[in-house]
Amino acid sequence: MEEKKRPLLEIRDLSVSFSMYSHGLEQRDLQVISDLHLKVFPGEIVAVAGSSGSGKSLLASAILGILPENAQVQGEMYYEGEKLDHDRQERLRGTEIALVPQSVAYLDPLMKVGRQADGHRKPRPIAKRKNLFRRLGLPDRTERLYPFQLSGGMARRVLVSTALITDAKLIIADEPTPGMSLKEALAALRMFREMADTGKAVILITHDIDLAFEFADRIAVFYAGTTVETAPASDFKAGPDALRHPYSKALWSALPQNGFHLIEGVQPYAGNLPKGCLFAPRCPYCTEKCKETLPPVREVRGGEVRCWREA
Amino acid sequence: MKGTLGRFVRVLAGYGIKMLSLLLAVTILSFALVCASPVDPVQQYILGLGTAVSPEQRVEIEDYWGGDKPPVQRYLGWLSEVLRGNLGESSIYRRPVADVIAQRFLNSLALMLCAWALAGLIGFTLGCVMGTYRDRWPDRILKKLCYVLSAVPTFWVGLVFLLFFSVWLGWFPVGFSSPIGVLSEDVSLWQRLHHLILPALTLGMMSFPNIALHTRQKLIDVLNSEYVLFARARGEGKWTVLRRHGLRGTLLPAMTLQFASFAELFGGSVLAENVFSYPGLGSAASAAGLNGDVPLLLGVTLFSALFVCVGNLIANLLYRVVDPQIREGDKE
Repeated sequence: MEEKKRPLLEIRDLSVSFSMYSHGLEQRDLQVISDLHLKVFPGEIVAVAGSSGSGKSLLASAILGILPENAQVQGEMYYEGEKLDHDRQERLRGTEIALVPQSVAYLDPLMKVGRQADGHRKPRPIAKRKNLFRRLGLPDRTERLYPFQLSGGMARRVLVSTALITDAKLIIADEPTPGMSLKEALAALRMFREMADTGKAVILITHDIDLAFEFADRIAVFYAGTTVETAPASDFKAGPDALRHPYSKALWSALPQNGFHLIEGVQPYAGNLPKGCLFAPRCPYCTEKCKETLPPVREVRGGEVRCWREA
Repeated sequence: MKGTLGRFVRVLAGYGIKMLSLLLAVTILSFALVCASPVDPVQQYILGLGTAVSPEQRVEIEDYWGGDKPPVQRYLGWLSEVLRGNLGESSIYRRPVADVIAQRFLNSLALMLCAWALAGLIGFTLGCVMGTYRDRWPDRILKKLCYVLSAVPTFWVGLVFLLFFSVWLGWFPVGFSSPIGVLSEDVSLWQRLHHLILPALTLGMMSFPNIALHTRQKLIDVLNSEYVLFARARGEGKWTVLRRHGLRGTLLPAMTLQFASFAELFGGSVLAENVFSYPGLGSAASAAGLNGDVPLLLGVTLFSALFVCVGNLIANLLYRVVDPQIREGDKE
């Protein structure tokens, strides 16, 4: 829908690997993100959906440039059309790009919430924060509480406030809903919807596919550290025929409301990735070509897919 | 406010009861140990008199002190005197034990306070440096230094310091707390300090590695925490993170350790004071032990137990003040 606009963030062939010592001094690289493609446009929510433990959170760290020191990053990222290198990441994080972390564990347990929401920049945006807290329905006394005194819902809103206080154009929400009741989760996602409606771009990293369907504009299906398909959320509602990648179709069929049909096998782990297409070992349409070479990203019916098969 | 005060009194009363029962246990145990030891208090007393005593007189003295009574009765007798504030008379110094302890403790206090402040300051600073430069060369060097110093006995460090600074360089005196041949009224503050520096340094050397290594580990934990990752995601630089989150998170365990180190400090002072012939409580304790001065030994034991207890009490109370999770959690 926003195809003609310039993407706010574009990620091309992003790979992240960690060098680890496996046996004694033998060093080997574990690739956790492989050739990932993602475009995010202003005013939309893109859900990056995939199973837990598949490296989705590292994507957020990679965009912000806060990966651990033993991580190697390849590929290119562009923010507002300009290359997003390390210096620029340092300048943009916390100002143009904001992270909404998963849980209250991301708040300093020894600092009062108000000071924490204000952030480290001087002067402290106290008036703005008070306003924001009120808008998010947080009582005035919240600013004097410590993180461990917050209820789950309050903590979520405090975390959201840390992003809203910055005027960031790109907001990365990392698993914002686990551990919440459906009502709380819906309320949280509604906040992200509101952010997107004011022109911000939101990357919603989640394993809750159902909620992603409801609130995202587009969904990027994350598998074994890469995005196999990016499609409008409506395609996921329409059913497997509207989808492009065999894994997306399988994912759709595996949902409880669609019959719970599971496919054989498990996701390959980092350090144990197949040579060609990462889904090839489990794909019902796998060919020799799939096993040998990674398919390029192609545009198919208004979505992007990484598959050799004509969808 | 009344609630806060009431809670504080309750907490304090709780600690007070614990402390008293612990002290009681210390008196029982130390008295039992003295009874079981080959030290004969009557013999030591007679030696202290400095005159020859006939066997008949000896029996009389023994009767007078109640030496033939069963140990439990002797203990109760001693305890009731202690509770009345009478710790007995030291057989080597020929003065009331309480006086000896008071005078010696003042000397030791200056020494221990200096060592304690030194250890805390150096320990915390080095711990922060090590944590910040984790696994890089400043950390590696300092970590090895800490391990070595933890492994080395206090008296040996004291001897090395003496040899190096006093004998070779001649910067500091070889022993005592004031110059020899000067009346105690005429000793200047500077002279006292001059005699204090080396023992304090020795004692400080013993406790700072512990604090430094703990601080290092805690800082590493904090820097690896999710909240520091988030702080970095919000654009906080390395030093801002250290100032805003690192110091706050590490100061707490460092402080607890600092106050809980009173026990090590006292133990170390016994050795350090002996090496430097420093007339403090530690050297009095070892003199009492070596010369079988039972009243003084029991008095010092009791006093040192009290001293360590007070250190732990301060640590506990301070924790409540500093850590909001304990302070605020209590209210609910």
